[in-house]
Amino acid sequence: MWEQNFPIKYFKKISMSNKPSTLFDKVWDAHVVRKIEDGPDVFFIDRHFIHEVTSPVAFLGLESRGIDVMFPDCTFATADHNTPTINQHLPVADPLSANQLQALERNSAKYGISHWGLGDPKNGIVHVVGPENGITLPGMTIVCGDSHTSTHGAFGAIAFGIGTSEVEMVLSSQCIMQPKPKKMRINVNGQLGKAVTPKDVTLYIIAQLTTAGATGYFVEYAGDVFEKMSMEGRMTVCNMSIEMGARGGMIAPDETTFKYINGREKAPKGAAWDKALAYWKTLKTDAGASFDKEYNFEAADIEPMITYGTNPGMGMGISKHIPKATDLAGGVATYEKSLKYMGFEEDQLMIGKKVDYVFIGSCTNGRIEDFRAFASIVKGRKKADHITAWIVPGSHIVEAQIKEEGILDILTEAGFLLRQPGCSACLAMNDDKIPAGKYAVSTSNRNFEGRQGPGSRTLLASPYVAAAAAVTGVVTDPREFL
Amino acid sequence: MAYDTFTVLTSTAVPLPIENVDTDQIIPARFLKATERKGFGDNLFRDWRYNNDESPKKDFVLNNPIYSGKILVGGTNFGSGSSREHAAWAIYDYGFRCVVSSFFADIFKGNAINVGILPVQVSEAFLVQIFKAIEADPATSITVDLNAQTIKLAATGATESFTINGYKKNNLINGFDDIDYLQAMKEDIKAFATTHSI
Ligand code: SF4
Repeated sequence: MWEQNFPIKYFKKISMSNKPSTLFDKVWDAHVVRKIEDGPDVFFIDRHFIHEVTSPVAFLGLESRGIDVMFPDCTFATADHNTPTINQHLPVADPLSANQLQALERNSAKYGISHWGLGDPKNGIVHVVGPENGITLPGMTIVCGDSHTSTHGAFGAIAFGIGTSEVEMVLSSQCIMQPKPKKMRINVNGQLGKAVTPKDVTLYIIAQLTTAGATGYFVEYAGDVFEKMSMEGRMTVCNMSIEMGARGGMIAPDETTFKYINGREKAPKGAAWDKALAYWKTLKTDAGASFDKEYNFEAADIEPMITYGTNPGMGMGISKHIPKATDLAGGVATYEKSLKYMGFEEDQLMIGKKVDYVFIGSCTNGRIEDFRAFASIVKGRKKADHITAWIVPGSHIVEAQIKEEGILDILTEAGFLLRQPGCSACLAMNDDKIPAGKYAVSTSNRNFEGRQGPGSRTLLASPYVAAAAAVTGVVTDPREFL
Repeated sequence: MAYDTFTVLTSTAVPLPIENVDTDQIIPARFLKATERKGFGDNLFRDWRYNNDESPKKDFVLNNPIYSGKILVGGTNFGSGSSREHAAWAIYDYGFRCVVSSFFADIFKGNAINVGILPVQVSEAFLVQIFKAIEADPATSITVDLNAQTIKLAATGATESFTINGYKKNNLINGFDDIDYLQAMKEDIKAFATTHSI
């Protein structure tokens, strides 16, 4: 049983001084095994997620060095990046994908790592299944060879993406070498407007800070907007932290967090729960603690958002016009290249633009709340004829919820098909590729050139905006429908 | 002992004056299906480099025989996006040993060092000088001296220093890697794990 072998107990606090400290400092400092002078910290990792794409070379590395996995019970494997989203019961047709999936299964079995492969009822996108099974907990350090590992920060964990060399480090020593990032706090206060979702909050923040605005920082999100937000919403926000360059983002755990975790399969139970809870309640930034940078935003300034360019910082309120080159602070050449790729002109209105594909899913917006939001708009309406919609739950557990809650019926009646879980068109490694030149309103996290298929054009947005586009066939303000 | 050692590199350079070069451009996701670290250089900048029919795009710098070398010079915010180390593997496998930019995304920077590529961060003004020097003479060379932590343009003699932490510098110079270091302190880690509580 992994619980018995698990080297980490849930108790006690590591208060080193009485100086006010941040949530980030508290968690970081508790995990430093050694400080290297003029070098990184040797940083202990509590939970390690792996998937089929970024792990095989790490396992090869172990083999070639002749070393073992140090704590196999701290690593969890799931297949997601490369998996088909239809007919998952059939053998995977693409031989390269099949090979990667087999390698994950083989390596997991060889080293005693728990593995949720294709078809397993717990299978799904790594950043969806970790939290929903109670593996992700407050105060932990969590890594995975995927940059959106920042998702888990929603629980008050320090979570970030790593490269394959680091996957090998965690497997072999449960540690990585990390310089401690600087600290940033982003406060959003006030009342969010109609149809303004956590996705809009994050796209708004990224548009303000730009894609490199938080590089070198770890972000704490604070303010009543996040306090009132559900865990699903907090995951959406923390997920996108990487898109402004931050290594990760985190939110102090509170009653919403504890309620979400309580009773999940791998969450602590009984006396262990009480101890854990007492500790988790200490995980917040003390009054007077300082940050290297701080931003304040007003909820009332945030509209439903959409992106018009080829990085997630190129976002705007859906009712606005695409900015003019003359209004930009710099980067005009990149801006022009980007608009050319997208087939847009400066100063154009986004509302009314024709859309070809709609994708709802990914670790950003592939949780139950997202499908509820999508369904609330498509209910009683019909899919626009020319739209191809890929509706992809983040996990089998989400898929089951969609069915139980009657959302599947709403989707079917409106002419939509529900696919099977996986990363799908978020990175288009499987067959779910948006064709060249086509426009997709996507609830995923990246609108880079070709991200969703060679030549594809991505408009990032919330599930509401995706739903409004799916039924009208054009970019539509979702506020009309709510 | 993961890679070659790095001390002084003098080479011509390939200019890529584009900002926010993300990892999906460096190596598109559909080429991440290998289970070995081999052959990624062929797909470096795949969609900028080749048309859909596999013919090379003439206007892309890697297809221009005038430019070559072991140093890649990119616009600001180089390597944003995904954590895929495949991006660094592709750059290394193609033959680059050093990437110069005025700003790097965090994960890419870490990955680069971990595979033996030296990321050199220079000022915006120096970056402009580099692009100008290469534009004036594609055969001009650049010298990156890791020991001295300097980058020098042969064309003008202009030199700038760059930062790198002492630990990583030592690794690159000696060809050590983090796994060697961590293996050597395994007992300390085990001791930490038994007392560590969260
Ligand atoms: S859904 Fe997209 S971002 Fe999330 S884990 Fe999969 S590929 Fe990465």
